[in-house]
Amino acid sequence: MRYSGLKVITEGLFGNKGWTRAWRDPAPKAEYDAIIIGGGGHGLATAYYLAKNHGLTNIAVLEKGYLGSGNIGRNTTIVRANYFIPGNSEFYSHSLKLWEGLETELNYNVMHSQRGQVVLFHSDGQRDQQIRRANAIVNQGDDAEIMSVEQLRAEFPYLDYEQTRFPIYGGMMQRRAGTARHDAVAWGYARGADQRGVDLIQNCEVTGIDVENGVVRGVQTTRGPIRAKKVAMIAAGRSGQVAAMAGMRIPVESHIMQAFVTEGLKPVMDAVISYGMGHFYISQSDKGGLVFGGDIDMYASYAARGNLPMVEHVMEAGMTLMPMIGRAKVLRSWGGIMDMTPDGSPIIDKTPIEGLFIDAGWNYGGFKAVPASGWCMAHLMATGQSHEVARRFRLDRFRTGHLLDEEGTGSQHNLH
Amino acid sequence: MRLTCPLCGPRDRREFYYSGSEDYLNRPTPDARPEAWDDMLHLRDNPAGVTKDLWYHETGCGSWLLVTRSTTTHEILATERVADRKGAGA
Ligand SMILES: Cc1cc2nc3c(=O)[nH]c(=O)nc-3n(C[C@H](O)[C@H](O)[C@H](O)COP(=O)(O)OP(=O)(O)OC[C@H]3O[C@@H](n4cnc5c(N)ncnc54)[C@H](O)[C@@H]3O)c2cc1C
Ligand SMILES: [Zn+2]
Repeated sequence: MRYSGLKVITEGLFGNKGWTRAWRDPAPKAEYDAIIIGGGGHGLATAYYLAKNHGLTNIAVLEKGYLGSGNIGRNTTIVRANYFIPGNSEFYSHSLKLWEGLETELNYNVMHSQRGQVVLFHSDGQRDQQIRRANAIVNQGDDAEIMSVEQLRAEFPYLDYEQTRFPIYGGMMQRRAGTARHDAVAWGYARGADQRGVDLIQNCEVTGIDVENGVVRGVQTTRGPIRAKKVAMIAAGRSGQVAAMAGMRIPVESHIMQAFVTEGLKPVMDAVISYGMGHFYISQSDKGGLVFGGDIDMYASYAARGNLPMVEHVMEAGMTLMPMIGRAKVLRSWGGIMDMTPDGSPIIDKTPIEGLFIDAGWNYGGFKAVPASGWCMAHLMATGQSHEVARRFRLDRFRTGHLLDEEGTGSQHNLH
Repeated sequence: MRLTCPLCGPRDRREFYYSGSEDYLNRPTPDARPEAWDDMLHLRDNPAGVTKDLWYHETGCGSWLLVTRSTTTHEILATERVADRKGAGA
């Protein structure tokens, strides 16, 4: 079924009885050409582009819970392309372009809103660094502008510019950055993949990966064994455990990250604000809630809930940035499991096992990456070659020393 | 979350700095192959369950602790000073 404004109106007039399920609920077949482990944003996008760009439709996405139950439905939905180093810069640039056409592409309202994101700076050194970053972004072909305090005050009058600890010196604005509805991104890709014949199999946990003589043969699941010549591990926070099923040890440590949303408010802020010194970022959802988050809790964890010191830290940061937030009531908080790598950048690569691929290590920045990750992973799986914009996301770069340390914070997993 | 420092007793998590898995204790010899450094610095078992990792009692006694804990429940099972381990400092 094609969705359209007219369809919404006619269905509204006739009791909304004509809507059908957005995707099928098939039983797993005994064999597929390719299997994707993980029905999050990246797994679903990979399935979609395998079908759409490469005509591979005899594929299955295996998801242990329900589609979108992982980080794709837990993030703070910031979409931007303001990366600096070669390798990241062109990849996120590609992703943002895919975002800009995504709703038409998927015939699905993912509520992509290019409301702009401003990254604040608080010292002369940070200003220099942001100007340099802005130049790199412009050279990449994307947009960035440096805003003075006066310009910021006009647009964001509610920030505390004179706070004693981190007075605001200015900001780097990317107007094409913004937010999207996270669940809708998973649903849109799921529906598009299903329409092209991909089997989306939920409540199907992969419990083993079958490897014979260095070649992948298929997987064991809670719904029985399934054979395939190509298997992709796209399990985000669970990547280490899935890779271990194939006997692999990967450069990922899983950490918990929390986010928060307040009760719905009237429109108060119309852009995303990132306050790096406070490890704090905030936007307002279309429903009115202020959506904000901070850093990871800093220790390895698989508990999808965090600890109180980080809650306190995030609230304090919010208060120092925009004191008005103190009047809002927090409605909910939650956590997601992040696949942290030693350089903060992801992996889209083959593995030493023939036919086994990996797409992982998205740290806390993998939402914006969903379209390009799916695009490049599908390219890799279909052609056997890395896509041009993802060719530096190699699994072996840590051993060979070709790290992509965007923030320059060193090789400790939790520092990115 | 509280960690029990063998010297200072039960202390709030905020007094500690987390560095990462116990892999950091297996420092390769200077002539080791790059694979050994990759193992220590980057590759992780990353278990969902019991793990051992290194915490520094930053605002306490300054000890490095080896903490045995659960990554799924956040329960602390044991703590010991790295310096007290058999063979430490040898
Ligand atoms: C609080 C928070 C805030 C964030 N904010 C942002 C942001 O503002 N911008 C941004 O770009 N990114 C953000 N991120 C990061 C982003 O959400 C993730 O990087 C991204 O969603 C991870 O990829 P995914 O969608 O495929 O993961 P997931 O949705 O987690 O998908 C992985 C799936 O694999 C499944 N799985 C695991 N093991 C198995 C198995 N054995 N068998 C079958 N299935 C399995 C899981 O159930 C899960 O559904 C944030 C994350 C969090 C938690
Ligand atoms: Zn102590």
